[in-house]
Amino acid sequence: MDENKVIICRCEDVTLKEIRNAIREGFTTVEEIKRVTRSGMGPCQGKTCGLLIAKEISQMTGKPMEEIELQNIRPPYGGITFEEVTKGTITENDK
Amino acid sequence: MKNKANVVVIGGGVVGCSIAYNLAKKGVKDVVLLEKSYLSSGATGRCGAGVRQQWGTKQNCLLASESMNIFENFADILQIKRDIELKQKGYLLLAYSDKELEQFKKNIEVQHSLNIPSVLLTPKEAKEIVPNLNIEKLVGAAYCAKDGHANPFQVTLGYAEAAQRLGVEINKFTEVKDIKTKNDALLGVQTNKGFIECKKVVVAAGGWTQNITKMAKIDLPIYSERHEILVTESVKSILDPMLMSFSYNIYCQQEPVGSFIMGYGPENEPHSYNMESSWKFLETMSKKATWLLPPLKNIRIIRQWAGLYNISPDRQPIVSQINQVEGLYVACGFSGHGFMLAPAVGILMADIVTGDKLTYDVILDLERFNRGEIIEEPSVV
Repeated sequence: MDENKVIICRCEDVTLKEIRNAIREGFTTVEEIKRVTRSGMGPCQGKTCGLLIAKEISQMTGKPMEEIELQNIRPPYGGITFEEVTKGTITENDK
Repeated sequence: MKNKANVVVIGGGVVGCSIAYNLAKKGVKDVVLLEKSYLSSGATGRCGAGVRQQWGTKQNCLLASESMNIFENFADILQIKRDIELKQKGYLLLAYSDKELEQFKKNIEVQHSLNIPSVLLTPKEAKEIVPNLNIEKLVGAAYCAKDGHANPFQVTLGYAEAAQRLGVEINKFTEVKDIKTKNDALLGVQTNKGFIECKKVVVAAGGWTQNITKMAKIDLPIYSERHEILVTESVKSILDPMLMSFSYNIYCQQEPVGSFIMGYGPENEPHSYNMESSWKFLETMSKKATWLLPPLKNIRIIRQWAGLYNISPDRQPIVSQINQVEGLYVACGFSGHGFMLAPAVGILMADIVTGDKLTYDVILDLERFNRGEIIEEPSVV
């Protein structure tokens, strides 16, 4: 398996190699790896890559999976356009 | 973890890491940095990532331009490979009244005295720089092409990496439980991982600084307040500079990766450590942003979060020793501007701790509030 060709975070295009390098550098939490590599910063907020990264951390550090915290999932969860938020709510006072 | 240090720095944000690096660079041995979570987990990692030199007071202009020099040459100065993603596409400050424009003119005079290349623009000229800008009600603008954006995580990690190379011990996930003193002098710092004996402690814990100094029985005149922010999906580049307005109350920029990041100063926000996101912010932010930059309306917001501003009585930093406890120092009260000033603040604090002459001619000591020397900075969101 070529680490360079395995994409872990599809939103931000982060490879397995980059994730493993970050763990080797001493970033052993999902939140830290997110900040170093941008994994989980895209539209899906790490719904796919979060678990994969946690598994990598577990394998490389020996820490049990259940002790590895996943990243925060933050609102607005699904991705919503500005227009969908503002529709029908703009009054003269807002301008 | 070492059980003895010359200086313990509390706080692994950009300010703490910059201070630790600069202390080591000045030759201070056995510097230990403590961070209760991961590096940049507090205000630094939650900030708007803007770096600007357009200030209204000479000392802020000085600290900001010195910091910008360091951002511009970060990898060379720190001897690291990390890319801090510096984007110098400017800050466009928007004026919506003649009074505001007058203030910008005065600020630009101060900025020019320090060779900050800012200019005053007409609404038409502002639109040339940002073609998508709604210039309705706009009276004029101030612009500095050398202002911009840097990645707060990478800057913090860069300082941490360089500090470690110079011998600083960085302890992540290490929480300070107590600061021990005797006869108004420091004995050491108690953490959840053990005790560190030391005579000097620098507290740079962002929104939690006042809680840490309370452990040494020092009440600081600062408080913390939630500020919210959001980020969008990445889209092609349609906005070069950071847009900012003090009166319309907004900042908005497109990061190098293509996502927009934006926020505004909350009204009637209670003093607190609350970092929850609110629906009200999302709604108000969306209205403000789409009025200012109409093409935003079809772009997706993907995430919102909040961080803490640590606010001082004059909304200016406190970089100071604490007279009541020998060896205790604080860098706090940045009121939302810690990231962009951190490079210069690190140098300043290292001067203060080592007792050297200050590199910069500034007054940021805590005693200024007792002397009644409040700094009046007109350009704060």
